[in-house]
Amino acid sequence: MRRRPNYAAGVGSLLWLFVVGLPLYVLLAATLRTRQDYAENGPVSLPDGFTLDNYTGAFDSGFGQYFLNTLVVTACVVGIVLLLVPPLAYAIVRSRGRTTSAVFRLFLLGLAVPAQAVIVPMFYLISEAGLYDNLLGVILPTAAFCLPMSALILSGAMRDISPELYEAMAMDGATPRRMFLQLVLPLSRGGLSTIVVFSALQAWNGFLFPLVLTQSDSTKVVTLGLYNFQTEHGIDIPGLLGAVVLSMVPILLVYLFARRALVQGLMGVGGK
Amino acid sequence: MTTQTTSARPAAGPRKGFRRPPASSATEVGRPGFAWALPAAVFFTLFAIVPLIMVAVLSFMSWDGLSSPQFVGMDNWSRLMDDPVMLKSIWLTLLLTVLGVVLQTPLSILLGVWAAGHQRNRAVLSVIYFVPLLLSATAVSVLWRALLDPNFGIPAEATWLFGDGNLFGEQATAIGVLAFVSTWQFTPFHTLIYQGAARAIPQVLYQAAEIDGAGRYRQFFHITLPQLRNSMITSMILMIVGGLTTFETVLILTQGGPGTDTTISAYYMYDKAFKSFDYGTGSAIALALVVAATIISLIVVRVSGYDKMRSSMEGVS
Repeated sequence: MRRRPNYAAGVGSLLWLFVVGLPLYVLLAATLRTRQDYAENGPVSLPDGFTLDNYTGAFDSGFGQYFLNTLVVTACVVGIVLLLVPPLAYAIVRSRGRTTSAVFRLFLLGLAVPAQAVIVPMFYLISEAGLYDNLLGVILPTAAFCLPMSALILSGAMRDISPELYEAMAMDGATPRRMFLQLVLPLSRGGLSTIVVFSALQAWNGFLFPLVLTQSDSTKVVTLGLYNFQTEHGIDIPGLLGAVVLSMVPILLVYLFARRALVQGLMGVGGK
Repeated sequence: MTTQTTSARPAAGPRKGFRRPPASSATEVGRPGFAWALPAAVFFTLFAIVPLIMVAVLSFMSWDGLSSPQFVGMDNWSRLMDDPVMLKSIWLTLLLTVLGVVLQTPLSILLGVWAAGHQRNRAVLSVIYFVPLLLSATAVSVLWRALLDPNFGIPAEATWLFGDGNLFGEQATAIGVLAFVSTWQFTPFHTLIYQGAARAIPQVLYQAAEIDGAGRYRQFFHITLPQLRNSMITSMILMIVGGLTTFETVLILTQGGPGTDTTISAYYMYDKAFKSFDYGTGSAIALALVVAATIISLIVVRVSGYDKMRSSMEGVS
């Protein structure tokens, strides 16, 4: 149906490619260059030689431990979300009770509350609970702040299950539990994978809770490691960027192999 | 009928297995009770609602993190009212939020509509455009701090464009950096919103316009833009809430400086609470931020008529 090519759009898209592509080129190229090469020839020039020191250097300065911590946090947050949200969404969609709809409204309210808003009392609560500088102290609030959006996503996906299927199972005398296990869970796999990706991203990229609730190297997560690396060795830019690239590798893998789930998880929508 | 079912319904166990339920209650059988929502509700209350209530209480207290909190009435609030840095931070927050909306909205609409096309070159370029989404806010800020480094960054290479190369030394350029980095980071996300919405516009509208002889630009202004209205409101609310709560970008790129020239309210909250150990004042700022974000979102929804518009979307999407 297109008659002639849209030249204005073509030029505009190339300009934006420059704005997005140049920093990404510098990011990748810098990590393969020595510190001296980067300092002498500037960020935009072509690499003069090749080295992987920046990646091994990142591990030497503790990123191995930080990765491990982030993995633990991410796995636990995803675990908590998967344990709590499916029954919640099931109740939201299927229960006729007033208490349940009040709970749903509570979660909708929670959507509007940013982590910054509660960081001071969170610090107080976590310290009082003796969880300061403990990964569990990061996991619990991070998981709690994943709940509203995950509940919204998953209940949206569960609403698409046709009422006739429930009725058919009800005729056979199925309990809510059996319907949940045999009907609801299998039919909302799309929504489930979206909330897994969504909460994993929140945990992997989380910064404020770890910043305020941890302090030692043994509990440091990757984002905090990047921030500290920058403030402590800000001059070693190739080393710093090597750590940045490493921090995005897991998300890149998800992007390559589960692009749909990632995009939906990023947008916090759909799951269909 | 609805109230009867609230009474605790066991999660398991066969229910009236022998008797076929009467028609009116056929839909009631096998409905989960409140118990299913309970664990999530308790968890969320404990780690989100309780802190939210506590932030309101703490805003009327004085606490240094060591001794126990003391009730001080309106002290924190009245001090904030007279605090020039606080007033400046509100102004800066609004400025950066408005800059974000003004820069990102047109860009992401154009890119989203462009990326909605199914041409091959568009599909390939879109993949690159979305890469910034794979970086955390922290990584983006660290990357740009390195790229814009006064001594080893891009500005030092292009002094004809950037003068002495230190973009962090003056208020105007520092704000420009913050606005630009936010745009670089969040435009792909909003582009995704518009791409999805643009693909959902019924093709018949364009075919009808084509028959009427409307050109590409008239089609864009008279069909595409009006059809994207709902997405614009969603995306703008996200931009506003995101703008009001920007934190990592400021902490990593400018530390609120030079001086307090880029100290936006969310950063000032962190600074007060966790650097000056004045947790009471920090809580007051935090509470003000939540209230402001909620009120502004409600105003946008009300003014735009978004709350009444939902039903009109049905035929379209």
